[in-house]
Amino acid sequence: MGLTHWGFKKSLWVFHLNAGACNNCDIEVLDCLCPKFDVERFGIKLVGSVKAADVLLVSGSVPRKVVPQLIETYEQAPKPIAVVALGACGCTGGIFKDGYNFAGPVDKHIPVDAYIPGCPPRPEAIIDGIVKLLGKL
Amino acid sequence: MASTLAMVVYFLVFPGFLFTAAVGLLTSWVDRKVSARVQWRVGPPWYQPFADVLKLLGKEIVIPEGARRAGFLFAPVAGLAAVVVVSTMLWLTNLRGTGFVGDLIGVVYLLTIPSLGMIIGASASSNPLASVGASREMKLILAYELPFIIAILTAVTKVSPMTLRIDGILEHQAVNGVMLGSASGVIAFIVCILCAQAKLTYPPFDIPEAETEIMDGTHIEYSGAILAVVKLTQAMMLFTLPVLFITLFWGGVDLTGIGILWTVLKYLAIVTIIVLIKNTNPRVKIDQAVRFFWGPVTLLAIVGMVLALLGL
Repeated sequence: MGLTHWGFKKSLWVFHLNAGACNNCDIEVLDCLCPKFDVERFGIKLVGSVKAADVLLVSGSVPRKVVPQLIETYEQAPKPIAVVALGACGCTGGIFKDGYNFAGPVDKHIPVDAYIPGCPPRPEAIIDGIVKLLGKL
Repeated sequence: MASTLAMVVYFLVFPGFLFTAAVGLLTSWVDRKVSARVQWRVGPPWYQPFADVLKLLGKEIVIPEGARRAGFLFAPVAGLAAVVVVSTMLWLTNLRGTGFVGDLIGVVYLLTIPSLGMIIGASASSNPLASVGASREMKLILAYELPFIIAILTAVTKVSPMTLRIDGILEHQAVNGVMLGSASGVIAFIVCILCAQAKLTYPPFDIPEAETEIMDGTHIEYSGAILAVVKLTQAMMLFTLPVLFITLFWGGVDLTGIGILWTVLKYLAIVTIIVLIKNTNPRVKIDQAVRFFWGPVTLLAIVGMVLALLGL
């Protein structure tokens, strides 16, 4: 395990992409940064630009209009990048799977490394998902 | 030849690149930890900034379409080099008394290079948000440089035959007591801390890299190793500016015996003041920042200057 790989595991910078989510998962993501959970203890922080990100966190059911933006964001991200599908919508489509503008869950368009189900997933579940992602890296 | 080798060691190892980078990264950990404690969180472990930089070194560098490659890639490196030179000059002056006439001018000049580098890099990146950030950074430089230079000239004025040598200011303080013991010194120090806030682009003056409105602004297109250089430059600035203020106003750096403890305490005190200002203030708009620096802060700096001329 090289030094850069150690650094990668110790410092995950997350870019959060809302691909048509109802904002509920997004609020739970912010909960993870709050004093009770404080994921900065593990070096995880939110960044403003996907160019600085190590994890692309996608929430939402991916409506048709969002597909080009989702793919472009993934292509712009510097590799290696881990993609996490957040929430029931991100993993499967959830209650929107029969919607007229539903364009498939996240893994139909970009490769996904970890799935965090739940509607919305609890902060504990998000942290558990990140731990499983770390085991995979 | 031996002196050339010594200079290489000075610039690359001890007071220069490696030392400044290591202490700068540790200082940025202090920054993050104090911020976390202010927000009632636990905060990251001490090696966090090192892990960040190592990780960034292993990532891909994405160069945006339409960007000017050379300007985009070399501007941050120029900023890093400037900080290394400033740090080396300050430490050599403090520890060995080597200086030259006008080295203070050199330090003030070199300390603007990182900001200028970010302006050039952001303008070369062909990103509209980065351009907004660059334009704001430019206005911010125009705003804070005037009071910053007046405050530094206050320290120059207080030395009886006025001198632009840093070691002259240090000798004056060794004989007559520190600058902070006088009213004008305190005023100049306060002005310097406020300008440091803007130089580091920390809140309330983080307008060029506002995360919520222009998504990191000047840094938006940087990734991989070149982002590591940008982060390293910021960390080294956070180390160099307090050392400059200690040198000019607080008796200088002393690495013998109990002096080490005092130096570290002075340094941590200044860093903590900067971090506390950062954590307790909201971001202002660019016009408010310019008005603040050209109005009250410049007036305060001029008052300090007049007091210094009167010998207070």
